[in-house]
Amino acid sequence: MAAPPAGVGGNLILLLADIDEPGLFTREVYERRGGYESLRKALASTPEEVLAQLEASNLRGRGGAGFAMGKKVSFLPKGSMDKYLVCNADESEPGTFKDRELMQKNPHMLLEGIVIASYAAGAERAFIYIRGEYALQADVLDAALVEARAAGYVGADILGSGHTLSLIVHRGAGAYICGEETGLLDSLEGKRGNPRLKPPFPANQGLYQGPTLINNVETLATVPAIIRMGGEEYARLGVETSTGTKVVSVSGHVQRPGNYEVELGTSSREIIYGLAGGPPPEREVKCWFPGGSSSPVLTAAELDLPYDFDSMAKAGSMLGSGAIIVVDDSTPILDVALKVAKFYRHESCGKCTPCREGTNWTVEMLERVECGEATPMDLDIMASVQEHIIGNCLCVLGDAMAMPIGSMIAKFRTEFEQHIEQARARREAA
Amino acid sequence: MSPRGWDAPSDLEKPPAEIPDPATTPVPEQLRREIEAHMADYPDRHSATLPALAAAQLLHGWCSPEAIEQVACVMRVTPAYLESVASFYDMLETSPAGRHSIYVCTNISCSLRGADALFEATRAAAADGVGGDQINVRAFECLGACDIAPMASVDGVYVGPLGPEDVPRLLQDVRAGGTVLPHKQLARLRVADPRANSREFPEHPPLPGAGAGAPTSEQSRRPSAPGVGDRR
Repeated sequence: MAAPPAGVGGNLILLLADIDEPGLFTREVYERRGGYESLRKALASTPEEVLAQLEASNLRGRGGAGFAMGKKVSFLPKGSMDKYLVCNADESEPGTFKDRELMQKNPHMLLEGIVIASYAAGAERAFIYIRGEYALQADVLDAALVEARAAGYVGADILGSGHTLSLIVHRGAGAYICGEETGLLDSLEGKRGNPRLKPPFPANQGLYQGPTLINNVETLATVPAIIRMGGEEYARLGVETSTGTKVVSVSGHVQRPGNYEVELGTSSREIIYGLAGGPPPEREVKCWFPGGSSSPVLTAAELDLPYDFDSMAKAGSMLGSGAIIVVDDSTPILDVALKVAKFYRHESCGKCTPCREGTNWTVEMLERVECGEATPMDLDIMASVQEHIIGNCLCVLGDAMAMPIGSMIAKFRTEFEQHIEQARARREAA
Repeated sequence: MSPRGWDAPSDLEKPPAEIPDPATTPVPEQLRREIEAHMADYPDRHSATLPALAAAQLLHGWCSPEAIEQVACVMRVTPAYLESVASFYDMLETSPAGRHSIYVCTNISCSLRGADALFEATRAAAADGVGGDQINVRAFECLGACDIAPMASVDGVYVGPLGPEDVPRLLQDVRAGGTVLPHKQLARLRVADPRANSREFPEHPPLPGAGAGAPTSEQSRRPSAPGVGDRR
C-alpha cells in the first residue's frame, strides 16, 4: 500500500503524535514527553480558570452529539455534594475505532485529561466505562492507573492540591445501548442498560442520582493539549464552530482503512481519497456514512464538503463519532440498508415502542424487498415508519436507524425500485 | 435462545427464588474474594454486577443457575435480578457455551470486506473439527476494529484481516491454546496515519497465548502488553 501524497490533511497532529513510540503506555515514556505537565499547570490554577480554558477552546464532544464540553462542565451544580465524572469508552458505533487506538497506545493521556476535567468539575469519583470487548485496552488502562496512583496523579490530595479523585476502570459486557449516556449510567449502576427519561439530565441527576459529567474518550484525551496550548490557541485550529483536530476512523471500501487525525474543516475528499486511498481501483464511491452507521448517508456528489460538525449538519447528516464508512459501487444499497437495520433491531433495548417495533418492521419490510414480495408503495410505508420513530423515544437509538435508512430510501429510491422489480420477476419466474 | 417463560413455559406456581443463604450455598473462595473486591470499588455494591457475572462466567463457562446463585449469594441480591442483567448483555452467556469464544464481526464495515463468508467458514470448520462444542463461534456486532476488517475476537484477542483461508490455522491455534495468529494481531499494528509518527518505530509485539475465554476478568488474562501488570 502506497503512502498518501505529502501535505495531504495538514501536518498538525495532537492526539496521534508519535503514538507508536515503544513504551508510550508507561508513565516513564509519557512523562519524558512532557506528560502530566498539563495536570501540574491545571492544579496550579483554580478550577474556574481551568473551566474558562475549556470553554475558550470551544471543544465539542467527540462521542457523537458534539455538545460543547466546557458548557457541559459548567452545567454541573456548584457546592459540596458527591459529583461524578464518567468517561464513555463504550465505543460501539459501527465504524468507530479511534478511542481504541488512543486508549491502547496512550492511556496516560486519557487519565491526565480525566483528572484535569474532574478538577474543573469538582468531581471526586470517576469511572471509565469501557466496552467489554476491549479487553486489551482495559488491561492497559488498569496498568496505567496503577502507575498513576503510585505517582500521586490519582488518589487523595493530588500533587498537594487538595483535589481528590478515585478512578475505576469498569468493563461493560457487550451492549451498544450502553454508549448512550443514560443507558451507560444504568449499566454502571449494575442494571440492564435501559436509557432514562430526560430531563433530569445527568449534569443534575446522573450516576447514583448525583450530578455527573459524561465525556467521550477522545474529548477527555484532548484536555491536556488544551491546557498546554491555552484554550484560545486551541480554538484557532479547525473552523469557527468546529475547533481543533479530530481523529477520524475511515473504513469500508478504502485502500488504507485506519485512524487519521485532521483539523476539522478538512475536505472530506481529502480524507477519503488523500489519506485513506479511496476505493479500490476501477471502483467509485457510491455512498458514505460521515459519522458512523447512525448518520444519514451522503453521496459521491457530496465528497467535497468540509468535514466539520456544521457542514455535515447542513448537508442533512452528522459528524457523529467521526467514523467514515465508504461503500463503493459494487455493493447493492439494499444490502447496506439491511445490515444497518438488523444491527439496530438487535441492539434496541425494547423499552420504547417506536424503536422496538420500528426497527423490527423495517427489517421485515427490507426482507420483503429482497425476496420480491414488496411493491414500490412499501418504500413509502417504510419511509413513514422512519418518520414515526424519530423524536418519539427516550433515546436516539431508533433515530439512529431511521435517519440512515430514510436517507437511503430518499437518495437511492430508483435502485430500491429496480430491486423490487427484479426480485418480483425472479419470484414469478420461479 | 429465548429467555425462560418466552417460548417455553415457565413454572409460575413456584415462588421466586430468594437471596441464597450463605450457610447452604458454597461459593469458591477465589470467586468470592474477587466479587467482594469489586463491590468494595463502588459506592453502591450493585455496580459490581457486571464484573461479578463476568468472573462467575469465567469460572463456570456460562451464567449457569449455579453461577448465578453464587454471585447472588455474595452480592446479596436475588437470582432473578442477576438473570435480568445477564440476559441483556451479549457477552454474558445464558446457555451452555464452549470454553473458547470466537466473535466474528459481521457489522457493516467488516461485511463490506467479506465478513459474512468468514463467519460461515469459521462456524462450519469449528463444528466439523475435534472439540467443536468447546468453541463458541458467534456473529458479533461491530467490535471496533474496522481497520483490520474482516476481523474476529478470539478469546478477547483481536485478529485480522482474515479470509476463509486463515480459518484452519486460527482453529488450530485456539485448540492448541497458544498465541492466536501472531502475525495478524491488532496489538501489533501501527497507526494508519503516516503523519502521526515523526520517525520509524518497530512493530509492537503480539500478545501471548489466549486466555480461558469468556468476558474480561483480571485473573483471566496474563499481562497483555509488555509491562502490564495486575490490577491490584
